[in-house]
Amino acid sequence: MRLLYRKANALYVPALVLFAGLVVYPFLDGIRISFTNWNGYSQDYAFIGVQNLKRLVDDDNVRTAFTNTLLYGFGSTLLQQLAGLGCAVLLDKPFRGRTVARTILYLPVLISAVIMAYMWSYLFEYDGALNDIVGLVGGERVLWLSSGALAVPLLIVVNTLQYMGVSMVIYMAGLQSIPGMYYEAAGLDGASRWQLFRHVTVPLLYPAFVTSITVNLIGGLKLFDIIRALTNGGPGYKTHSLSTLIYSSYFESQLAGFASAIGLLLFVTVLCCALAAQAVFRRLEVTLS
Amino acid sequence: MNRPWRSLVAVMICLVQVVPLYITVMVALKPQTDLSSYWAWPEQPAPGNFAQAIEDGHLVRAGLNTFVITAVSTLLVVILGAMAAYPLARHRSRLNAVVNTFILSILMIPALSLLVPLYVIFVKTQAISTYHGIILTHVTFNLPLSIFMYANFIRSIPRELDEAAVLDGCSIYSVFFRVILPLLKPVTVSVVLLTAGAVWNDFQYSLYFLQKPAMQVLTLSIASFFGISGSDPHVAAAGALLAIAPMILVYLVLQKYFVKGMIDGALKG
Repeated sequence: MRLLYRKANALYVPALVLFAGLVVYPFLDGIRISFTNWNGYSQDYAFIGVQNLKRLVDDDNVRTAFTNTLLYGFGSTLLQQLAGLGCAVLLDKPFRGRTVARTILYLPVLISAVIMAYMWSYLFEYDGALNDIVGLVGGERVLWLSSGALAVPLLIVVNTLQYMGVSMVIYMAGLQSIPGMYYEAAGLDGASRWQLFRHVTVPLLYPAFVTSITVNLIGGLKLFDIIRALTNGGPGYKTHSLSTLIYSSYFESQLAGFASAIGLLLFVTVLCCALAAQAVFRRLEVTLS
Repeated sequence: MNRPWRSLVAVMICLVQVVPLYITVMVALKPQTDLSSYWAWPEQPAPGNFAQAIEDGHLVRAGLNTFVITAVSTLLVVILGAMAAYPLARHRSRLNAVVNTFILSILMIPALSLLVPLYVIFVKTQAISTYHGIILTHVTFNLPLSIFMYANFIRSIPRELDEAAVLDGCSIYSVFFRVILPLLKPVTVSVVLLTAGAVWNDFQYSLYFLQKPAMQVLTLSIASFFGISGSDPHVAAAGALLAIAPMILVYLVLQKYFVKGMIDGALKG
């Protein structure tokens, strides 16, 4: 049987060919391009050594985009856990309208993020829906997205609302997998509601935390659609993430070599954050249980 | 015990999620001359916005493109994913452990980090603005997750089944195609919904690789409504609603499976 199964290895060859052609080869080629001054279309270009990499460190726009990427990644991960876990706990017990609520709360996950973000833009316009409310209570109209200071947190909120359904569903499944008798047993021992949550729910929900945080973190660090729709990186370069900066460096500024270098930075950032998260999880697993 | 309280909180959270949809419906129903607040009901509904959106955004063409790309990509992800998962789930060897890790690590690679070199390949092979270019991209980046979901599922199928089929004279390939493949229906539902949802809603890859107007998908059509300054926001809103309607309908019918698919995918994501 073992020999037969080894023959079956041929079945993954088509997948590996695709990965080789569209992931491995471009990845290596990307490293090569990032050492050039290529503009993206011309036939001639030169190898310029580590200039692009040096520029990654010196360039203010890259620094802003890098900081924003971390803010988008960790900010939305944090908010999504709070919102997702909150909604999951809320929906865990039956009440009137529970099914409808679950349907609505998960709905945005299935709607294209970029279209959803365009729909949010009606709220953030100068004459938009949010400023109508501000006006109604007698406030000054707010520049929601065009001042920069508010834009990054608002993008995090929009991203959170878009994808909090993901965490909600993961936590709901986690909550349902906890046997009710654990609560009964702890209740008989006189545990308070907080103690039940801290010593029964949290440790048993641990795998759900790991899954949800990992999925949200990688998603948030890659954020592109929502930024592109709501601010396009502006005002100036204030809301760019590394993803949107790659796009604009390549297609708008014709700096293919530099864009490729930012691509490497994005790759390393996601990789390091994911590995760091794994390391934290491993340590927490010991302390929590 | 505290149920009214739960309902109240749930209603409030749901309202936040529904507001952008509500506002978009209001904007879509108003004519350009209606300058009232976005919150207000339209005095005279203007259904013409929808017809205008279909015409200006070439939504029928974009919808067909989206459908073809989604259907073909999903089909390929299902077939190639199930095939690749079978040996990985059944045959433990050092080679397969490496292949497994390699595929898992692709899940983490941000698409954008490969934008420049991928674009170069597509220009060289004249695959920009073609069906096969975008479909191969979608298949490549959706395959890893499907391989994992299939491998997990196949591990739960008893090996005795394979052995019995082999004793009956099946080759290992017909064991897979005739015995295992038909058993994969439950997880296939999850894979199909996850993949189709990701491809249907995709914006990034389509933005780079589908540049001819004739090849536009729905997300690109809608983005071009909103991206051009001075275009009619009411028509844009109508277009956005039309573009998301199919997905919402499918979701309402297959809700249970979408949620299950999401969980199946996340557990090994």
